Amino acid sequence: MTRELMKGNVAMAEAAIRAGVEAYFGYPITPQSELLEWMSKRMPEEGRVFLQAESEVAAINMVYGAACTGARVMTSTSGPGISLMAEGISYIAGTEVPAVIVDVVRGGPGLGNIAPSQGDYRQVAHGAGHGDFFPIVLAPSSVQEAVDLIGEAFDLAEKYRTVVFVVADGSIGQMMEPVSLPEPRPIRRERPEWAVTGTPGRSRRILTSLYLKPEDEEIVNLRLVQRWREVEANEIRYREYYLDDADYVVMGFGTAGRVALSAVRAARAQGMRVGLFRPVSLRPFPAQAVRELAQKAKAFLVVEMNGGQMLDDVQAAAQGQVPIRFYGRMGGMVPFPDEVLDEIQALVDEPPTLDEDPRARWLAHMQRRMS
Amino acid sequence: MTVAAPTKPKNLKLIYQRPESLVDSATHYCPGCTHGIAHRLVAEVLDEMGLSDKTIGIAPVGCAVLAYEYFTFDGVEAAHGRAPAMATGIKRVLPDRVVFTYQGDGDLASIGMAEIIHAAARGERITVIFINNAIYGMTGGQMAPTTLPHQVTTSSPRGRDVATQGFPIRMAEILANLDGAAYIVRRSLHDATNIRKAKKAIRLAFEAQVRDLGFSMVELLSTCPTNWGMSPVEAMEWVRDNMVPAYPLGDYKVVPELQKLRV
Repeated sequence: MTRELMKGNVAMAEAAIRAGVEAYFGYPITPQSELLEWMSKRMPEEGRVFLQAESEVAAINMVYGAACTGARVMTSTSGPGISLMAEGISYIAGTEVPAVIVDVVRGGPGLGNIAPSQGDYRQVAHGAGHGDFFPIVLAPSSVQEAVDLIGEAFDLAEKYRTVVFVVADGSIGQMMEPVSLPEPRPIRRERPEWAVTGTPGRSRRILTSLYLKPEDEEIVNLRLVQRWREVEANEIRYREYYLDDADYVVMGFGTAGRVALSAVRAARAQGMRVGLFRPVSLRPFPAQAVRELAQKAKAFLVVEMNGGQMLDDVQAAAQGQVPIRFYGRMGGMVPFPDEVLDEIQALVDEPPTLDEDPRARWLAHMQRRMS
Repeated sequence: MTVAAPTKPKNLKLIYQRPESLVDSATHYCPGCTHGIAHRLVAEVLDEMGLSDKTIGIAPVGCAVLAYEYFTFDGVEAAHGRAPAMATGIKRVLPDRVVFTYQGDGDLASIGMAEIIHAAARGERITVIFINNAIYGMTGGQMAPTTLPHQVTTSSPRGRDVATQGFPIRMAEILANLDGAAYIVRRSLHDATNIRKAKKAIRLAFEAQVRDLGFSMVELLSTCPTNWGMSPVEAMEWVRDNMVPAYPLGDYKVVPELQKLRV
């Protein structure tokens, strides 16, 4: 298969087209705008729907409408847009219709900046809207992986009738890498049995997230929980690097995981027995795999481009069985491999204790750095 | 005891029956509320145009939140104010279907202002039935964007003070200024004559959609006897005496292709 050099945002857009996306609705926001721009050019060429909405609020509700017809549909945005979409995401979850959302994360909170960040982890992985539901959240660490996950995202969304996020921090969206694009899939012509299509010759279909009777709403909620347990049983995704004989385990997703891999390789070259665990599905979180590593490893080092949002999930999964350190850069800062290597070295030289507070040590370190 | 089936009297013509597009059930609407009339008019028009089996309705948040229960065709329930965006998503992927939203004044003229304006500006081929009764019905009678000056509501207990609570919004006039709009009119449901005019307008609004002419909206001045604290008859009179002067009935935008249409 030929490989071509593509920017992450463009590659994700083209991957969605090849996955048979029928409609795209979006609103410009850096650092994801090239995705929307590519769609504006390519979707009409393919005879499919592209529409630039008046806001992210409108975009997600257009997605919601199109999803109710059983069409493959997506949007893309960055953190401030996810905040505005939270309402629609909850309605989509409550109505149990499939949709794919790409979040190219920027620095925050507030207007923040347009530099790469992982500050949306909590926002997307812990719900992304009111009420009791989880979306599936997938996090690539390269442009190729982003392309691959886009195709999977549509299949998962339809299999589980749920929202699927592909969370790419700004650097995945903006950088160019060689990628192999998948063969185009044909547009599905058949519609699911729940789709609202206005088709004659059958009884009416209604799609709603309104269940006025609490007894009925509880049934829906329990169905969502049950479905989520199926997701947890079948859709955990992670990558392991050099873990077979590792005493020390670095954990990071997306770009932080990729930077950490460079550091792990450098540490290996220096003889340190260290490996990398990189969650790809942030939700469902690979808690069981983390728990098993916690029973074997001498210490964990969690590396993120945020203040330890995944750290909380790692701690919950590890259940106090392993000492954990944390190293994070925030506000759009990306750690260099050398910084992570220093942390790995410190992990080996001065192993942490079980009662060490990962954030206290990290904050003290950052304060020394700033002064 | 057996009951004989009613025999059809000779020389009598059936002139009034439940539209096929309307479900045979009681509604949850209050006595004297005009939602029932508006639902019926939409159903009659879709029946007459033979569109029922290709129509998708979008219910709002508000008293008509369960509107989809009363129609025999497919329906979805939108988030508050977002019905035009949801309708856009549906219509864009199913351009040969008939798509309409049914929205109240809080839904359309307050929280959903951006969505309605842009749907109209884009000329979305959707039809909007806009129920303006100058109040938030479902949440208990609070001030709406269309509440009249000095009108008492549960959130303007001393009457709407325009100095601090602003002025009513006239949506038909606003949307008529947008080039994407094909048919924008205001009608009232307060008496039989006006109801007949409202039905004609709803027909033309759907004609605008199926003829691919652009966005269409019929604003219907409506009652809320419960939250206005009036009897059904008083409420109809209040629409005539207070709402019609503030919200003039008329055609605000009718593209030429529709002007010559006789329905």
